[in-house]
Amino acid sequence: MSKATSSLPRTIGAHAILLTYTVIALFPVFVVVINSFKSRQAIFQQPLMPPMPKTFDLVGYTTVFGQGDFFLYFQNSLIVTVVSLFFVLLFGAMAAFALSEYRFRGNTLMGLYLALGIMIPIRLGTVAILQLMVASGLVNTLTALILVYTAQGLPLAIFILSEFMKGVSDDLKNAGRIDGLSEYTIFFRLVLPLVRPAMATVAVFTMIPIWNDLWFPLILAPSEATKTVTLGAQIFLGQFVTNWNAILAALSLAILPVLILYLIFSRQLIRGITSGAVK
Amino acid sequence: MGSLKIENVKKSFGPVDVLKGIDLDVKDGEFVVFVGPSGCGKSTLLRVIAGLEDATSGRVLIDSQEVTATPPAKRGIAMVFQTYALYPHLTVRDNMALGLKQAGEAAAEVDKRITAASTMLSLEPYLKRRPAELSGGQRQRVAIGRAVVREPKLFLFDEPLSNLDAALRVNTRLEIAQLHRRLKATMIYVTHDQVEAMTLADKIVVLNAGRIEQIGAPMELYHAPANEFVAGFIGSPKMNFIDGARLGESVKTVGVRPEHLTVDPKAGTWKGTVVHTEHLGADTNVYLDCEKAGLITVRIFGVYDAEPGSTLYATPDASKTYRFDADGKTVK
Repeated sequence: MSKATSSLPRTIGAHAILLTYTVIALFPVFVVVINSFKSRQAIFQQPLMPPMPKTFDLVGYTTVFGQGDFFLYFQNSLIVTVVSLFFVLLFGAMAAFALSEYRFRGNTLMGLYLALGIMIPIRLGTVAILQLMVASGLVNTLTALILVYTAQGLPLAIFILSEFMKGVSDDLKNAGRIDGLSEYTIFFRLVLPLVRPAMATVAVFTMIPIWNDLWFPLILAPSEATKTVTLGAQIFLGQFVTNWNAILAALSLAILPVLILYLIFSRQLIRGITSGAVK
Repeated sequence: MGSLKIENVKKSFGPVDVLKGIDLDVKDGEFVVFVGPSGCGKSTLLRVIAGLEDATSGRVLIDSQEVTATPPAKRGIAMVFQTYALYPHLTVRDNMALGLKQAGEAAAEVDKRITAASTMLSLEPYLKRRPAELSGGQRQRVAIGRAVVREPKLFLFDEPLSNLDAALRVNTRLEIAQLHRRLKATMIYVTHDQVEAMTLADKIVVLNAGRIEQIGAPMELYHAPANEFVAGFIGSPKMNFIDGARLGESVKTVGVRPEHLTVDPKAGTWKGTVVHTEHLGADTNVYLDCEKAGLITVRIFGVYDAEPGSTLYATPDASKTYRFDADGKTVK
């Protein structure tokens, strides 16, 4: 007899659907990674075969490390992503705290105004942003990218975090006030640890588009010294000849840092120390 | 060193008036309970005293010092919350120490006070634990301990027992009563539970719709309610209210408590049909649908068997009936 909460056919069915989806979703990544270890010929002859002793070739990786300054590109990408992420989380959380905690005139309007950014793509303003950066002399600096990405990430961060902050117990904040904690201490020591899972969610959603972006690095910071990985990989894409080994190798390498960051944040998603604070 | 004076305090949230002019005097060492139905403003009043809300108008004085514009930490108060509100990332000891450290107390003094408070509340075995590792009752004791170490002029309790289960509630109630006796501190306690109010208070303040209905000792409120609201709110089961006209009385409403009615199967003042009986062991509540008085509750001490549908006569104790005029005021 089947149990109340699970039946074998259902479990198998659910897993079959989920596994199929996982395979479909991961397949492109898998193909990129296996082909990055193959010779150019093998890539085109048997694109779906894993690298064999005969077809195994690290030419893609040697090209990547030989041509261009990929370590610098990686460093640029990391700096831009991490610094933007830091500012998005810091300012987003602060704005969200103010919106959810304090009653002031225009609170709702301010919240709506900040949420509006979710619906309007920042790329519509590219020309104006470029003019602004030229005028302020920030073209070809990482600062330009960090500023743009911070602005791009804030609306969603504020929207998600303010919902979560409304859920933080008022009693806890008031207990802090009675104990003489400043509003900053209440924010950093009491509220932030409690919304850590939400912060991790926002971090993941903010991080990936920044890491993968090609548009703004290409327009605002295309110089050799400020190139990011995605922009750096473009040198192998020619109008007539494309160095697929190098591109696949560069893309495989670009997955790594973002994967590590994701793993760090997803641990935070699972962990939660809120239990026991309030009933 | 813990008197409180509230002068004409009003509080509005936008167009909604939550407190409509509260005047109150609390003497040093008194245990005062604010009681009232939900939404009556009792918690808001407590938060105004604590400084967590600004009063729209009026003054709050602690020890004859005006504190209306003083931040909560500087008022010399401590508060225990319904949800405990312990800092989840700190141990029990650090939870208690935080306020003192923030106020710049010396480490030795902090240690001394924590030792004293944890002994009093039997919390020593848990000092190194975090709130998540404690049971509900222990958490509430930590919250009380956090208030005790501050040695405040005024203790404020915001429904501290509502999250505890029934058995624990009785125990913690006892602990709070003992704490008050031992510390001789002024305490203000908010609850919607009249049993807590009656058992703990030196003085009960009954609030309704942002106004004080009556202030008095528990027995004063029970024996001499100022109006229909207080009469109905204090006492369980609730007082029976009967339309005066139906009884041929000149007043608007006649009130009689369920325990001040006697029943007899043969003769009595009001003839009625038994609708339902509740057996509680120590006493029995009988619901009677009376021809003259309408549906009334009778509380009989001990076990009493009455079949639904059978006829019973209820007789009120004439010396313990209350009369209320059209405004709800008690007619003497």
